[in-house]
Amino acid sequence: MAKKPRIKTPATAKQGEVFQVKTIVSHKMETGRRKDKKTGTNIPRNILNRMEVTYNDRSVFAAHMEPGISANPYVSFYIKATESGEIVFKWTEDSGAVITETRKITVK
Amino acid sequence: MAHLSFKPGITRRRLLGVAGTGVASLAGAALTGGTARATPDDVQGEINKIVGGPAARVDNDKVKMKLPQIAENGRTVPVTVTVDSPQTDKDYVKRIHLLAEGNPVPVVAVFDLSPLSGKAEISARIRLAKTQNVVAAAEMNNGDVFIGKKSVKVTIGGCGG
Amino acid sequence: MKIYQTLVAAFSVAAVLSFAAGSAVAEPKDPDLTDPRVKRYIVGEKYSGYVVNEPETRDIQDDDFQNPAFLWVEQAQSLWSKADGKAGKSCESCHGNPEVSMKGSSASYPKIHKKKKTLLTVEHQINICREEYMKTKPWKWESDQMLGMSALVRMQSRDMPVNVNVGGEAKPYFEKGREFYFQRRGQLDLACTHCHVDNHGNKVRSEKLSQGMPTGFPTYRMKWQKLGSLHRRFRGCNKNIRAQPYKQGTPEYTALELYLMWRANGLPVESPSVRK
Repeated sequence: MAKKPRIKTPATAKQGEVFQVKTIVSHKMETGRRKDKKTGTNIPRNILNRMEVTYNDRSVFAAHMEPGISANPYVSFYIKATESGEIVFKWTEDSGAVITETRKITVK
Repeated sequence: MAHLSFKPGITRRRLLGVAGTGVASLAGAALTGGTARATPDDVQGEINKIVGGPAARVDNDKVKMKLPQIAENGRTVPVTVTVDSPQTDKDYVKRIHLLAEGNPVPVVAVFDLSPLSGKAEISARIRLAKTQNVVAAAEMNNGDVFIGKKSVKVTIGGCGG
Repeated sequence: MKIYQTLVAAFSVAAVLSFAAGSAVAEPKDPDLTDPRVKRYIVGEKYSGYVVNEPETRDIQDDDFQNPAFLWVEQAQSLWSKADGKAGKSCESCHGNPEVSMKGSSASYPKIHKKKKTLLTVEHQINICREEYMKTKPWKWESDQMLGMSALVRMQSRDMPVNVNVGGEAKPYFEKGREFYFQRRGQLDLACTHCHVDNHGNKVRSEKLSQGMPTGFPTYRMKWQKLGSLHRRFRGCNKNIRAQPYKQGTPEYTALELYLMWRANGLPVESPSVRK
């Protein structure tokens, strides 16, 4: 059972309200600059290089990440509540693997 | 101190290996790997790429950066960048570039914002290889670029078992 | 090579442990114990590593969302109700809601197991449940599952004072733990007490020594970039003084954990904490 991303969004918000979104994902963010102590070879880079957030299919936030982002990346940002719907979070790893999570929001 | 002349062959490096508890490389361990680090010039080069010239200026009121004065561990340094902007369709921050002058790769992250953000503020946790300046370049929708800059002291512990 | 080793050790003590070099004690600054923010983690003369943390590190611990340890805790919350093993049981089958059944339990660990007549940590107890009641494989001490579950159990005692019993059947273990604490060991010939009793508040190079309180484990340590156990920290300490570390869960470290918890009696449990 893998560790799931943690995402904090409000379940409901007022029209026009600006709310904070907090995210944290379990990932080593391997820089590609570390050596395997036993073999002396470089451990290949493997990081989450991109994070994309859509709000009812419109892009509201994205992050291009480099190895300078810490392990278990924490990223927070803001969204203005405009309509009820879904906020979809997507992280892409160097390997091509993708993690997605969805949160519902009701706007009054 | 007299101990420096104890014995030929005990180099400082070797002593560090013995005495330095292996954490001398702590913050940089993941980052250095013997590769040259970025310099302030590299970072300026990156900024020039963003603005197409060295026109951007440092404006720490426009671009506020919250970073620890002393980062206990360079592996996890919390940073918050807040850009003074109404974030409306007409006037908004399009992108925030986060750069580290002393890291092997100067670009740490690039955040894309939009008028839907409502507020031009992002937080993240970053790796810093050593004491250095962290730079945030805010790219506005009209092409203006504002720079925030803050120095962070990265301590490397002696007891990091 | 005895002389070489002695010389190296002598130099090391002087170089690494600035307090040993006499003049380097010029800059000792005890953590600011009057800061209202750290008050909860000070009891009498005892204080936890939270007090030694930089404010930004405290911020991360204070917000359960920002605290990365909760990635492990959430995983453990799903494991809690998941049946595992031949008995077809989950933690929940016997213990129901952890917030009720585990409330306050870990504040008295390590403790003597009534039937087994031996000293056990929370981790040992979790594996006894797994092997004897769930009929499944024990978890490795430093596995994500064990760290998360131990954090989930221990955090049900958050803010409650540590209260371990060191009398009766626990006494011999306590004595053993105390002996370990005061025993010089390793190439640097140091005991736990030299750093954490005699010199807390002073610096070792750039690092401020704490009282070495065990109340926040498992802890999310930035150096490890993950959650880690108290016994992993013991291993790190032992390696730093160039001593042979023991394995996690050994009687030596279990007895030491009891002694440390006794030192911490009265301080609040703060698992899972965040440290540098």
